[in-house]
Amino acid sequence: MATTFPRLLQKHASERPQDPALREKEYGIWQTWSWQRALADVRAMAGGLAALGFTPGQNLAIVGDNRPHLYLMFVAVQALRGVPVPMYQDAVAAEMAFVLQDAEVHFAFAENQEQVDKMLELRESVPGLTHIIYDDPRGMRNYTQPGLISIDELMALGKKHDEAHPQLFDESVALGQSDDVSVILYTSGTTGRPKGVCQTHASFIGSATGGVQTDGLNGKDNVLSYLPPAWVGDHLFSLAQWLVAGFTINCPESSETVNIDMREIGPTYYFAPPRVFEGMLTSVSIRMEDAARFKQWMHHKFMDVAKRVGSDILDGKPVGAGDRLMYGLGNLLVYGPLKNAMGLSRIRVAYTAGAAIGPDLFRFFRSIGVNLKQLYGQTETCAYVCIQKNGHVKLNSVGQAAPGIELKIADNGEVLVKGVSVLKEYYKRPDATAEVIDENGYFKTGDAGVLDHDGHLRIIDRAKDVGKMAGGAMFAPNYIENKLKFFPQIKEAVCFGHGKDKVTAFINIDFEAVGNWAERQGLPYAGYVDLAGKPEVLKMMAECVEKVNADLASEEGMEDTQIARFLVLHKELDPDDDELTRTRKVRRGFVADKYAVLIDALDAGRPEQYIETAVKFEDGRTGKVSANLKTLDAKIFPPVRSAA
Amino acid sequence: MNAPQAMMPLPPDAPMLTQVHGKRIGDVILDIKNISLRFGGVKALTDISFNVKEHEIRSIIGPNGAGKSSMLNCINGVYTPSEGSITFRGQTFAHMNSRQVAEMGVARTFQNLALFKGMSVLDNIMSGRNLKIKSNLFMQALRIGPAEREEIRHREFVERIVDFLEIQAYRKTPVGQLPYGLQKRVDLGRALAMEPQVLLLDEPMAGMNVEEKQDMSRFILDVNDEFGTTIVLIEHDMGVVMDISDRVVVLDYGKKIGDGTPDEVRNNEDVIRAYLGTSH
Repeated sequence: MATTFPRLLQKHASERPQDPALREKEYGIWQTWSWQRALADVRAMAGGLAALGFTPGQNLAIVGDNRPHLYLMFVAVQALRGVPVPMYQDAVAAEMAFVLQDAEVHFAFAENQEQVDKMLELRESVPGLTHIIYDDPRGMRNYTQPGLISIDELMALGKKHDEAHPQLFDESVALGQSDDVSVILYTSGTTGRPKGVCQTHASFIGSATGGVQTDGLNGKDNVLSYLPPAWVGDHLFSLAQWLVAGFTINCPESSETVNIDMREIGPTYYFAPPRVFEGMLTSVSIRMEDAARFKQWMHHKFMDVAKRVGSDILDGKPVGAGDRLMYGLGNLLVYGPLKNAMGLSRIRVAYTAGAAIGPDLFRFFRSIGVNLKQLYGQTETCAYVCIQKNGHVKLNSVGQAAPGIELKIADNGEVLVKGVSVLKEYYKRPDATAEVIDENGYFKTGDAGVLDHDGHLRIIDRAKDVGKMAGGAMFAPNYIENKLKFFPQIKEAVCFGHGKDKVTAFINIDFEAVGNWAERQGLPYAGYVDLAGKPEVLKMMAECVEKVNADLASEEGMEDTQIARFLVLHKELDPDDDELTRTRKVRRGFVADKYAVLIDALDAGRPEQYIETAVKFEDGRTGKVSANLKTLDAKIFPPVRSAA
Repeated sequence: MNAPQAMMPLPPDAPMLTQVHGKRIGDVILDIKNISLRFGGVKALTDISFNVKEHEIRSIIGPNGAGKSSMLNCINGVYTPSEGSITFRGQTFAHMNSRQVAEMGVARTFQNLALFKGMSVLDNIMSGRNLKIKSNLFMQALRIGPAEREEIRHREFVERIVDFLEIQAYRKTPVGQLPYGLQKRVDLGRALAMEPQVLLLDEPMAGMNVEEKQDMSRFILDVNDEFGTTIVLIEHDMGVVMDISDRVVVLDYGKKIGDGTPDEVRNNEDVIRAYLGTSH
């Protein structure tokens, strides 16, 4: 489809001007932008930018929470044939400085005072940043810095500019080409500096169209936009698919009210990383355990029915009349109210991506009738490589190749992708581009995977993380860690085994789940460090590790990578301490260096190790936490050969 | 149901908190002259005089039992001073009740929260609008006459406060279930609902952790800055007081021992002696 995002917006505004395009809850009431108003705002913003001297080919940084003006700013910049560069709103100033310098940004759009403060601070080291536009005027009354302008002032300026140059907007939109770069998304970078991924209108529109057709999305659908706009997933769902399908995106009131807003909106199409679904299930479990006995009994009774037949009913497979009746009753008494409490009542399609999802978690949502599916992709492929189709959902795979995508597995097990969604290039990094795109135009995903006979892709690990044990067995750390993380009590895990004769692991407890458990057990604790070191908690963790080991023992090729020793960390791994990326993936090498003394203790079999760690608080100050950590042995199981 | 809730935009004549641009400290708005307060033989306050200027943040500090809350209660009309006078906007009073004080535009928050624990955040803040609601109980109960329109108007005002204090996530939560720091914020919200000219804050940061204190300081500064509300603040935390106040009064054993800008007070010999003790 040869078109651009601004043209898609024009199309919706002329075909269905009064339909809702965006909503935002403000002062307790959902305010609506019609497509007509959305286009008018984009036109005014573009006019304002042009009046300030923004020219085609320039980049504009966007940082903030999900707000209508923020999404419209993307389109306004594209209308002027500039390129929007979204940045993560929780990034600290130093991380942003790199992006601003690399992308040679002169204009930035910041949502509120907090982000403006960061931009002003950065301006001292990034002198090119001359114009800062802000959305929320709260607290900005006494800011008189040059180049600072509110969105209202910008739009007023734009309307005047538009009157003086009435042709400019339409001409500029008409000049836009579908193979122009539409956005630069900086990858968080598990290693090294972030790289700017340049994607074109054609690739994002192509990817969005594939998804929209697969699931039959249309203008009547509703989406809650609550994920970071700098993330490729949100860009695909809240911007590309929004403009392709023409549905309504709804911006929550604040990050704290997402659950309430979700219940009010009742989205029909929903996208969330696994941890969000995990959070929902955890809160349901916690509340069920506090519920009256009759309710608990009813919940267990009907969840058993759902586990047995729920997924089959969802997939349209034949199910007996008795079970159907029971499921219907369950829907009335348990599943319906549950879905309502989570805001999932009207869901037609829900997706999860970004990390592996636990089998129990996945089954739970599907069994109560939420059509939860997985998709697979990365920033370089517009989050669009594989997609599970209705009726073809396999638990351990991420689905078949999406429409317009070709898949291939390289000799070293790496997944290769060719097709509509593959990036144009890394911004100003031809060397890096050449590294990831081979001579036949295949993009190297860096993930190791297997294709089954139906063409379903199963991802095992990062290709570069896959190592070898001293004994020669393949060591896939993520694979093991994910098995650990599927336990609700475990928030994060890091495994080590490359070049060693035994696998060792660090574990982070889930403070909420374990804390709740401790309260119910009547187990007093003084905080995170104390709770993580309780013998009862260590025992619980040991049981989890043993279950994982039993699981690994039954899988061919994995039996030698059972966890021999582990410890429970005294602090949560945190992006502020550089231990995780902003998308909450473990920086393996960094963690290994930082906690080398702990790994030594595990390898050497020392029963205890003292450690002191510096931590960074949210306001930028630093402190120290220290603890005496116990290392624990785990039971190793003999390999189990399955009969098949 | 396709459309969630009503989706009407706010009418252009929706009430707004009056916004004052920039901070300009004005004339004396509240003048306290020679106040003494006795409970039987106990002298809580002895001959205290100080004034508060429009748009400023004025703090009252002092060790435990210095008479800070008693001073606030005198201004507020809860206690009647044994001697002395209070002049508010040129009118002098020797005796007032707290309702009169509220009607003149003085609101306060309490050291030991006095919220309706079983009521929602919205209802608690709405109760601050009580003096502004003109329709009577009968009209409100039956929603006749102007009652409904009036309620919508006041609800809009309350929503602006909810937005200002960033408590959108707790609108319908019973106040008793909220953590202490948030209850303090609701208490401030209820006082703001009165659209006060002078806001009396009795230890707004007592019992808070560092982060909550920072949040509360920001809200106090924002109230002062955005709406030009004059603030009289009692606080224990010297760091906070010195950071946000324009002028500070220091009390010790019911007597005034210092008065001036934070710097002046910090270097005042008597104040140092009262707080740190002295070597003899």
